[in-house]
Amino acid sequence: MDILSLFVVIPVLTITAILLLKDTRQVRLVSAFGMGLQLLMAASLVFLYLTARHAGNNDEMLFIKDYLWFKSLNIHYAVGVDGISVAMIMLTSLVVFAGIFASWEVEFLRKEFFISLILLASGVFGFFISIDLFTMFLFYELAVIPMYLLIGIWGTGPKEYSAMKLTLMLMGGSALLLVGLLGIYFNSSPDGNRLTFNILEISKVVIPLPDQRIFFPLTFVGFGVLGALFPFHTWSPDGHASAPTAVSMLHAGVLMKLGGYGAFRVAIFLMPEAAHELSWIFIILTSISIVYGAFGAIAQKDLKYINAYSSISHCGLVLFAVLMMNQTAMNGAIIQMISHGLMTALFFALIGMIYGRTHTRMIYEMGGLMKIVPFLSVCYVIAGLASLGLPGLSGFVAEMTIFVGAFQHPELFYRIVTILAVSSIVITAVYILRVIAILLLGPTTNEHFEHLPDAKWFEKISVVTLIGSVAAIGLAPFWLSTMIGTSLHPIIEKIIALNPF
Amino acid sequence: MINFNYTIWIFLLPFLMFLFLGLAGHKYFPRLSGILGTCGLAVITVLSYITAYKYFFTSEKVDGAYQKIIAFNFTWLQFTDKLHIDIGALLDPISVMMLIVITTVSLMVHIYSLGYMKGEKGFERFFSFLSLFSFSMLGLVLATNIFQMYIFWELVGVSSFLLIGFYYQKPSAVRASKKAFIVTRFADLGFLIGILILSFNTKTFDFITLTNPTGPAIAQGSGIAFLGLSVMTWSMIFVFMGGVGKSAMFPFHIWLPDAMEGPTPVSALIHAATMVVAGVYLVARMFPIYALSAPVALNVVAYVGAFSSLFAAVIACTQTDIKRVLAYSTMSQIGYMMLALGVAGYGGHEGLGYMASMFHLFTHAMFKALLFLGAGAIIHAVHSNYMTEMGGLRKYLPITHITFLIACLTIAGIPPFSGFFSKDEILAAAFHSNKILFAVEYAVAGLTAFYMFRLYFSVFWGKDINYHQTPHEAPATMTIPLIVLAVGCLVSGFIPFNKLVTSDGKILESEIELMIAIPSVLIGLLGIGIAYLMYVKESAIPDKLAATFKYGYKWAYNKFYIDELYLFVTKKIIFRYISDPVAWFDRHVVDATMNGIAGITQGVSFRIRGLQSGQLQKYAFVFITGAIMLAILFIYLWK
Repeated sequence: MDILSLFVVIPVLTITAILLLKDTRQVRLVSAFGMGLQLLMAASLVFLYLTARHAGNNDEMLFIKDYLWFKSLNIHYAVGVDGISVAMIMLTSLVVFAGIFASWEVEFLRKEFFISLILLASGVFGFFISIDLFTMFLFYELAVIPMYLLIGIWGTGPKEYSAMKLTLMLMGGSALLLVGLLGIYFNSSPDGNRLTFNILEISKVVIPLPDQRIFFPLTFVGFGVLGALFPFHTWSPDGHASAPTAVSMLHAGVLMKLGGYGAFRVAIFLMPEAAHELSWIFIILTSISIVYGAFGAIAQKDLKYINAYSSISHCGLVLFAVLMMNQTAMNGAIIQMISHGLMTALFFALIGMIYGRTHTRMIYEMGGLMKIVPFLSVCYVIAGLASLGLPGLSGFVAEMTIFVGAFQHPELFYRIVTILAVSSIVITAVYILRVIAILLLGPTTNEHFEHLPDAKWFEKISVVTLIGSVAAIGLAPFWLSTMIGTSLHPIIEKIIALNPF
Repeated sequence: MINFNYTIWIFLLPFLMFLFLGLAGHKYFPRLSGILGTCGLAVITVLSYITAYKYFFTSEKVDGAYQKIIAFNFTWLQFTDKLHIDIGALLDPISVMMLIVITTVSLMVHIYSLGYMKGEKGFERFFSFLSLFSFSMLGLVLATNIFQMYIFWELVGVSSFLLIGFYYQKPSAVRASKKAFIVTRFADLGFLIGILILSFNTKTFDFITLTNPTGPAIAQGSGIAFLGLSVMTWSMIFVFMGGVGKSAMFPFHIWLPDAMEGPTPVSALIHAATMVVAGVYLVARMFPIYALSAPVALNVVAYVGAFSSLFAAVIACTQTDIKRVLAYSTMSQIGYMMLALGVAGYGGHEGLGYMASMFHLFTHAMFKALLFLGAGAIIHAVHSNYMTEMGGLRKYLPITHITFLIACLTIAGIPPFSGFFSKDEILAAAFHSNKILFAVEYAVAGLTAFYMFRLYFSVFWGKDINYHQTPHEAPATMTIPLIVLAVGCLVSGFIPFNKLVTSDGKILESEIELMIAIPSVLIGLLGIGIAYLMYVKESAIPDKLAATFKYGYKWAYNKFYIDELYLFVTKKIIFRYISDPVAWFDRHVVDATMNGIAGITQGVSFRIRGLQSGQLQKYAFVFITGAIMLAILFIYLWK
């Protein structure tokens, strides 16, 4: 058994174990154990990866395993990782681990809840380890389906509507994506050899430009829907608002990253010429996402809506940076994915905890929580500061890498939109501080809330895990940045070889 | 080469102290944390003084000029081959001088706070935030590259936010902290854009490379033009925007008076002596670029400084909250420093303004911290911020009275106090470069003496107010810092700044020009005299004046309605005309389109679902009809 497949096998084993359990109280212990193991695995994967790189292994992908799966179409189950996927795997295991503890008190259909949650996670892990487009797509779909159940059954508010909307829009994206992937597949072998789904092999051939012009937008938009690309982002506010805590965490923290990761690894890596040619269209769309999401967040009154719009803004920045197609900006995009994943998971975890106590998410119905629940409030402030890009926390590193990278673009147009994107740091500060001021500071406005309990031990585990990671990236960004940077090198070289600036 | 490696502790110690007090202080030793924080800072102060001594007196000079020394430096984040953020310590005359300023004032404020904040809830939180601030401020002045400066620039901003909002249950404090953060954040946006433009054109963040007068950066950037100004000028104007925000210059000054909601020691440390001069420090740090390749930007600095100093001095004459008077006075004095930089040139006698600015920064830190701490002692005694509720306090607070008087004389520019020397150099520099700016500053000198003595006379003289309890002198922890700073006011004027801190590191020959010194002392005395007549002699002149210049007075009292203007822009334009429509648009246009697509799909399927009814008769009917129609069609077509 290779180490990468374990990332799918462990969740599946955990699910089997949960199925066999009689006592529902043990479900969460088993889940926590399984996902804790997964976290350890991810940490050791990082270690193994760095050791291998240190030993001088300069292959593009490490730990490659390839099994023929469906011969007539040449579909393989192929896995392999580079620094970027390793980082994403680490992110996923952190968020899932924190998510398990954040949903410690789910009572309703507990067994089914944890099964769906872990199934979702295994889909995400599978997506990040795949280097075969077909398996990748398969895992992608596997991650989306449990989402429907999780929101539809365990959600709040108009949950059926939201679940349906989210699933349909993502499925719509998948439809575009599938066409794009098949387009790539049928162009994967211009010399008449066997067609292939393997990313590494496809990256060695050049897909003809007219085909790229058709399939790049399809693939990019297909992934972009998941990455909340304007104007296909509207599933996000409703979906987040209705989803239960852990699902919001996983969804905003990890699932939306599938979009950015896919757009980068498939759309841009395999079709760099069309990406270069058409980037201006998507740059405009993503710039709109960035500013529009931030302004949208200012006007919201529901905590989850605020963070949903803020996610649109931050994920817009990911796609924006990816489209700049230079080393620094792309590096920033990946760091931003990780940073946003962690801090938005933190936000949603805290919102869930606050909601669990006050039974409202409307900011104007609460006030002065700092005095009542100091631990949660301080953590919320830290999350907010990370989100508005305070140095020492991860958001700053990500944003600055993106801004500096994007501003190195030789064309003036790209530098001007960068300035537009930079201006989002002020708008972000406005909506973050607005929430902090209304929600946490000031006198206590509702006397019913005066005796609310502060965080319990499992909530502390969840929150401290995430804050620790956010601070670790923020204080010592060089190792993450270098790990990603080295893996970006071959990708950038290919892009530059095809598009001499 | 002297080893300055230990300077890393000047950074690390306050940071560790912040983490330690912030994470553990709350639970285990709330009382002790104040002492711990103060001891930590005392160690840093000693280290800074050692550094200053070693730098100024034992370090090697090259060609008669102090050298820039990199004490330590490591790469924190690599962007591209050439662009990387380093964290390190750069020692040169201004950074070493700032070390002295920051650690001295910070230590005094720490000691003072032990008494002032005693018994407050969140005592340990206060000291952990103070440590965070000291860390950020030291990191800012020691920065080896502009991006490191930006990092710590943001960090001082957040420490200021946390400390202004220290009394987080007070709505006014919450509002003030939010305002301070957002206004400075907006200014920092300019700073960041400036950095981006600068780094795009010079491909470096490093200060030594950037500010090398013969280096490539200065030569390179001035050529390319954009909208009539060189790229260097644009970037320097943007960078200066950050300085305008942090130093509360017009038009980003609105956060500073409100920031007085924070505890008074914080106002003394952050909003008077150290953080607010960061803008001046920034311009001084980038000075060779301003002077040699962006003279237009340097003019902007001069005029913004001059206008702010006049504007703030006029407002200060009308305020009644003593902390607000001091806040406007800070703004006015920083305007002086900006102006001095703005009229300076690089090297030689041209650099007089640069030296004067740094000199004034130093003396101002001492006397303004003293004024604020004195104000804190007064507020501590009478439990009010308003001058109208004070009077005759000199009997009750003797030490505070004497030290406050010394500070007032210093700021009014009366010899032999330090303010006289530094202000005189500024006026001289302005006189030799721009007569209009000189006239403005000369008038401001008179106004300054007037409003400070207005404050002094109405607090310490005049008739007794019926206090609820008899005011009593502050404890020793609070009076000792006052005395130390008062001594600082006396001696700091005699520090030979012209030998130590100059634009090019070389000795600058300057002497007191009597032609400027005498009139400036005279106008100071005139201001004091008018204040004496108006506020000690119990005359009706102030009310009459206010009545005569009713509108002018009202405008000045209401700070020229700048706050209202901002409120209009944020509340009306951003919230009502941008944000709300965006949110509406998202729900009712973008989302509605998506829902519409779903609706159409659903509607169509409702229409056509009757076809799939499952009734065999219907299928048979349709089948046969279709077959017949096809048959007819074929028959006719074949013909």
